[in-house]
Amino acid sequence: MYSAKVMDHFEHPRNVGEIENASGVGTVGNAKCGDIMRIYLDIDENQIIRDVKFKTFGCGAAVATSSMATELVKGKSIQEAMQVTNKAVMEALDGLPPVKVHCSLLAEEAIHAALWDYAGKHDIKIEGLEKPKADIHEGEEEEEEEY
Amino acid sequence: MEKLIYLDNAATTKTAPEVVEAMLPYFTEDYGNPSSVYGFAAKNKSAVDEQREVIAEALGADAREIYFTAGGSEADNWALKAAAEAYESKGRHIITTKIEHHAILHTAEYLESRGFEVTYLDVDENGVVRLDDLRAAIRPDTILISVMYANNEIGTLEPVVEIGKLAHENGILFHTDAVQAFGQIPVNVDACHIDLLSASGHKLNGPKGIGFLYIRKGVKIRSFVHGGAQERKRRAGTENVPGIVGLGTAVKRAVRTMEERTEKERELRDYLIGRVLAEIPYCRLNGHGTERLPNNANFSFRFIEGESLLIRLDMKGICGSSGSACTSGSLDPSHVLLAIGLPHETAHGSLRLTLGEDTTREDLDYVIDSLKEIVAGLREMSPLYEDYIKKNK
Repeated sequence: MYSAKVMDHFEHPRNVGEIENASGVGTVGNAKCGDIMRIYLDIDENQIIRDVKFKTFGCGAAVATSSMATELVKGKSIQEAMQVTNKAVMEALDGLPPVKVHCSLLAEEAIHAALWDYAGKHDIKIEGLEKPKADIHEGEEEEEEEY
Repeated sequence: MEKLIYLDNAATTKTAPEVVEAMLPYFTEDYGNPSSVYGFAAKNKSAVDEQREVIAEALGADAREIYFTAGGSEADNWALKAAAEAYESKGRHIITTKIEHHAILHTAEYLESRGFEVTYLDVDENGVVRLDDLRAAIRPDTILISVMYANNEIGTLEPVVEIGKLAHENGILFHTDAVQAFGQIPVNVDACHIDLLSASGHKLNGPKGIGFLYIRKGVKIRSFVHGGAQERKRRAGTENVPGIVGLGTAVKRAVRTMEERTEKERELRDYLIGRVLAEIPYCRLNGHGTERLPNNANFSFRFIEGESLLIRLDMKGICGSSGSACTSGSLDPSHVLLAIGLPHETAHGSLRLTLGEDTTREDLDYVIDSLKEIVAGLREMSPLYEDYIKKNK
């Protein structure tokens, strides 16, 4: 079902983790649909992405696209990072099954959400960047349960 | 050979060697058409009749009440559509549950589109139909109640004796999808007042592509497949003789081995459930604690997603299944897990392990150890887990 590249990134995901005091953090998706991605960016004063980490709740494709997206933006300027589209992520992974294309969209959105957070904190405007849509904190209150 | 631990016996089972052996001559030697006149084919007619007897005996039924189909889904389709059509002059209301197999649910939806009314009963947190709900749902125009014998995902056994009694008292037909139960637990059509029952070969170490519908004598439902006069003119098509022989042999075998096999499976199942619940945090058992199929264990692991879990297990040679959306081809997780009240995110993180007759304690130890490692690894990667830990520091 998945390409060898997807399996490789699923089995050995790159850049998993958190960055403390990150320059920007973005979380997209929701638990209801079974996909949540969080991306941490460490951006220096020259607007270069020095480090990037991710955490993902989701299927094999969700993990692989997050992993690939972090690889694609690491070391890049924020303008270059803006060019990392879902298509670029998919191509880098040698394609995704049609039902998993939304995972690559989520990866693109997660990068954008982290950049949006960074832009807001530093009061700058990034060309072409719009406010990210997905918010996992909707309805957060309801689902606490005992085990 | 690479390690393979197959714990997806609710999906399908290995065809038993003795079943294959019984089937083989009917492909290349005794290949005659049972409807033919000559002596060469007569042997096939008697082989089919013999298997019908075997199956009838297993159910406490008469051989003339067993109708071979191409599997469980066909039997479910036949039962619902034909019963609806046959009894629509009496009424157009059908009762079923929210946790049925899609072969029932989608057929019921089809009937709704044809003007029938369907009540889908809720179930309790263990997946059990509440008899009071059923009683309240019965109307003068109710013609059919269809409740599964045992659920395919969470393994819960339904109170079929009581349901059958209620149906019988109210003069309503009772159909049960026994695809998962038949061969695993004793099923008697009279004790449960069952009028129609669906079953399948490949769930009980028989071949795929063969099943049957039990139709109680006197229940006037019509042919589903029109054509020749096979199956007492109720299901046309040249009999799948090798399949029927395989099914009959598998049923005979399942009945013979049931007691010993399921006793062992229950013990191993409880061992698996006990260790997983004790050793993996933030995890729950789905389905009834005791009233469940002997081979079924279904867990939810919080903060992780089922498909990831399945792929990681697969890498270790372990086959299981999940009710996550990603494995169902839709955005919603399993309808069964939602019906028992699980929140979406918990339903996404479910894992069904269904034991087989060859499963050993050693296999399960390996599975449990692998599971502990995989679940911990996926949680390390999960933003939900991160949030939970930070919140509860």
